[in-house]
Amino acid sequence: MKIDWAALGSVFGVSLSATVALVALFTLGLVGLSKHEAATEQGGTATLARSGAYACFALVAGAVAYGIYLIVS
Amino acid sequence: MEHITLLLGIVIITALVFDFTNGFHDTANAMATTISTGALKPKTAVAMSAVLNLVGAFMSVEVAKTISKGLVNEEGIQPEVIFAALVGAILWNLVTWLVGLPSSSSHALMGGLVGAAVASAGLGAVNGGTLVTKVLLPAVAAPIVAGAAAMLAAKVTYKLGGNVGRKTSAKGYKAGQIASAGLVSLAHGTNDAQKTMGIITLALVAGGALAPGSNPPVWVIVSAGMAIAMGTYLGGWRIIRTMGSGLTDLQPQQGFAAQTSAASVILASSTLGFSLSTTHACSGAVMGAGLGRKGGVVRWSTASRMFIAWGLTLPAAAVVASGAELVMRTGDVGVAAVALFLAASCVAIWLISRRQVVDHSNVNEVQPAAAEEPGVVTTAMAAVTVPPTLAAEAAAGTTAAVTDEALKATIPAATPAAPAAPAAAV
Repeated sequence: MKIDWAALGSVFGVSLSATVALVALFTLGLVGLSKHEAATEQGGTATLARSGAYACFALVAGAVAYGIYLIVS
Repeated sequence: MEHITLLLGIVIITALVFDFTNGFHDTANAMATTISTGALKPKTAVAMSAVLNLVGAFMSVEVAKTISKGLVNEEGIQPEVIFAALVGAILWNLVTWLVGLPSSSSHALMGGLVGAAVASAGLGAVNGGTLVTKVLLPAVAAPIVAGAAAMLAAKVTYKLGGNVGRKTSAKGYKAGQIASAGLVSLAHGTNDAQKTMGIITLALVAGGALAPGSNPPVWVIVSAGMAIAMGTYLGGWRIIRTMGSGLTDLQPQQGFAAQTSAASVILASSTLGFSLSTTHACSGAVMGAGLGRKGGVVRWSTASRMFIAWGLTLPAAAVVASGAELVMRTGDVGVAAVALFLAASCVAIWLISRRQVVDHSNVNEVQPAAAEEPGVVTTAMAAVTVPPTLAAEAAAGTTAAVTDEALKATIPAATPAAPAAPAAAV
């Protein structure tokens, strides 16, 4: 009986880092979006916050696309 | 279409029934958190999951023949063996659904295969080592991996997103949950519908209707995809309730963390070659996310009932399957008896479930009747874990008496156990 500890370990590492990274990115995106919205309400703009948010969401979307690619292939 | 005998026909229909139970049993994995946090309306959620399961079934041609390969030596496989395995798996799925506990459909199926193979070819037909590495270890590892990831992710999102505006937060986490739940549904469709396709193909090969090593015919792919999608749309509301609001109380942030963790674990495990059960990963993720909020609690009584169910999945399905296999030794009469027993049990379980209906309208209500459940659990467990010979007798008994009082007697029989339960639970 051979237990593939290496595979289990890598599953653990990859899942943990992917989850935390994605959730963190997504939350940062929300923070940026929220800042932008708060600024617009007061008549100003927060372009940097908005672009940062979109960049975060783009990365998350990329990860989802990669996930779909993994399912298909 | 291939030449199909009556037995083969029964096996194929049973496989599709299993696929159907698999669908409604596992809706919770993808959609429980989405429903309990209100990101999607219950009906919308199951419809979306059903569509994605169907799409997933067609997306990959990588057949999951592995369900039988390695674990059971294929020479011992006869259509009867597969039928017996499916009977065990379906009954276990239905019993766990009745008591509202998530459990792995794959483990039930593997348990069924193991039991049937042992009954038909002796202990030598099963690889004990494979059993440990492919079944037992993953069952322990999956919730830990997914739980740790979800807990950390929930902590991170609370920390970083502390001052996100309410509107942005509500909209954002809703979208995030829908996306990650969609990914889980898609992965489920590819994995689990493929399993049934593999089983039907295996049965066709074993019955001589298909050349060994061939790919599943198109009608097999279509029917398996449809069966799992229909099951998903029907929705295993009891399990959704347990997973979405029974194990812990989830806020949208936690739901998002849990679903993302589940999706990552499922994809990472299937890609990196250490296959983990979707159900175990999702339940673990939900509990982890529950612990990831300050003041968050996991209801360990519900969780431990779930763990017990996980532990029993393989042996229970194996015992029922080996009983079925032994009865079928008697020939066509035995096959008919087992088929009738399966149908009668399904009807009985459904009738019992009608006594306390859980559906899309009340799925998010925390049940005040929780105390009643242990009673059902114990009776159900007792009913499932009878030794093979008893199961065989029960098979004969139930089939003979379905039409008359016995069925009526089955239902009240569960009731006396229920009042006793609160005492035990308190």
